[in-house]
Amino acid sequence: MVENRPILNIVTHLVLILGVAIVALPIWITFVASTHEETRMLQAPLPLLPGGFFVENFKQTFFGSGLSGSQSAPVWRMLLNSLSMALMIAFGKISISLLSAFAIVYFKFPFRMGFFWMIFITLMLPVEVRILPTFEVVADLGLLNSYWGLSVPLIASATATFMFRQVFLTIPDEMLESARIDGAKPMQFFWDILLPLSRTNIAALFVILFIYGWNQYLWPLLITTDTDMTTIVMSIKQMLEAAEQSPQWNIIMMTALLAMLPPVFVVVAMQKLFVKGLTETDK
Amino acid sequence: MASIVLKDLVKNYGKVEVLHKVTGQFEDGEFIVIVGPSGCGKSTLLRMVAGLETVSGGEIYIGDKLVNDLEPADRDIAMVFQNYALYPHMSVRENMAYGLKIRKLSKVEINKRVDEAADILEIKDYLDRKPRQLSGGQRQRVAMGRAIVRDPQVFLFDEPLSNLDAKLRVQMRLEIRKLQRRLGVTSIYVTHDQVEAMTLGDRLMVLNGGYVEQFGTPIDLYDRPASVFVAGFIGSPAMNFLKAKTIGGNVELSNGTRLKTNTKLDLDLTLGIRPEHLVADPNGVIELETEMFEQLGATTLVHGRLAGSGEQLVASMPGHVAQEPGSIMKFGANADALHMFDAASGKRLEQ
Repeated sequence: MVENRPILNIVTHLVLILGVAIVALPIWITFVASTHEETRMLQAPLPLLPGGFFVENFKQTFFGSGLSGSQSAPVWRMLLNSLSMALMIAFGKISISLLSAFAIVYFKFPFRMGFFWMIFITLMLPVEVRILPTFEVVADLGLLNSYWGLSVPLIASATATFMFRQVFLTIPDEMLESARIDGAKPMQFFWDILLPLSRTNIAALFVILFIYGWNQYLWPLLITTDTDMTTIVMSIKQMLEAAEQSPQWNIIMMTALLAMLPPVFVVVAMQKLFVKGLTETDK
Repeated sequence: MASIVLKDLVKNYGKVEVLHKVTGQFEDGEFIVIVGPSGCGKSTLLRMVAGLETVSGGEIYIGDKLVNDLEPADRDIAMVFQNYALYPHMSVRENMAYGLKIRKLSKVEINKRVDEAADILEIKDYLDRKPRQLSGGQRQRVAMGRAIVRDPQVFLFDEPLSNLDAKLRVQMRLEIRKLQRRLGVTSIYVTHDQVEAMTLGDRLMVLNGGYVEQFGTPIDLYDRPASVFVAGFIGSPAMNFLKAKTIGGNVELSNGTRLKTNTKLDLDLTLGIRPEHLVADPNGVIELETEMFEQLGATTLVHGRLAGSGEQLVASMPGHVAQEPGSIMKFGANADALHMFDAASGKRLEQ
């Protein structure tokens, strides 16, 4: 739509500014709260401008034990836990679904479509649905309170398998034939041709899956009892309940702020590839 | 360098047989063109030689080696695909080197071969570009370069020129022919374009519906087509076919015109006359009711119908000819320019 009416311009800008404000205000409040003293946060009205305690709050949150009087792990430890879990889930999901899509598209074996549909059906079984049996299995394997226990049960992915299948189907058959004449073995074809050709799709999926892994709440809550294994997302909730006195908003908000940063960083860093991977069709 | 032997080659897809006992012997260094309309099985045949399709029956020999069950890479062949099939994420150099890298040649040797091939094909200047930065003709060269560096016993071409524009096609056609002569590598080339087939091939194999209609030199096919199909397929504009029968050594057309021949046959037949063999002659017996004149500059195609019978007839005349459509023109034809085919089976009959 190309229209050039000044009033319309003002209205569209107002709408956009309003939208930004609605989205950004809570984040701003979070930031402001993380820069004030504990006591200031308990007085009304809530401050809307940053205070001068950012560095102290950061130090106490990041390196100290967070809330005063609790025994939770320092936030750097939780960030590390979350990061490990998110990375393991993202890489695990991508490698497994790449391999299963490769098998389904390029190999003819008995019950091929049967396997495909079995993978597809697991879409109906997210971890929340199978949480008890999965917990039982993980506990029997002795994986409670470990990175493997945090990530492995979440690693199978029907969506990613399906997506890579579609990507592989768009790669012309001649590519495979040409590689066969060049003498490439199946795994050489996979590494040298398929992987580079699905590079952008892998990047896009990585962004989505990293955030999915980072935001896991229920599963980590269930299988970690050791404070050293807490992830940052679950710890925010625990902080609210932990202290018997009124909540220390400055620390909690600082933690929330820190929890937001890695996903933002991943999105910003991979934005170009992300957009390309979701829109590019040229192979 | 190697000869290729096809022995009773059969291909089935389920219960459908698409190639029926194809047999042929291709000599060392020969340029063989497999030609036919789409769906005749020519690409399938080529892909069977390449090893991309399994063999349902019969045998393929490259050199003296039975290759039926060998992987494509072990057959010592190189193939050029219709859409080039270059790896889009690799530079031209990497594309050409990939097969050699897999065969674990030394870096020095790989570079030497790629540079040589690039020299021959004049693609030295874009060795570091990606395929998408190249034009169609350049991609075609790279695809050929990829085949050359492997130094194979056999080149296989699967309609490599059909994605190029007409002018470039003519130019690349010549280059492929020169290149093949220079390298002396046995080549099989698949096309549906009869001009390409005639100009490129030492010998042509005409396929129709999975059967070999005829296998011979281009001139053989032009002068003595083995069937109505080959006669209609080879030569441009296509041969005229008229219903006829033999009467006492002569041929009588459906409008009663008699043409003098020395035939000893006595049956219904299809008479074939190439447009360029119809010679304008005031005393000629073939009367053409003209409908349209196509001026091609050097020649003029006269489209019309055989007077009194309505059968389509085309004559090719040198120079510029322009007359009122609907006028009658008279043509004669030499007895040895008449091709006789059995009316029922379409097979060639010897006079």
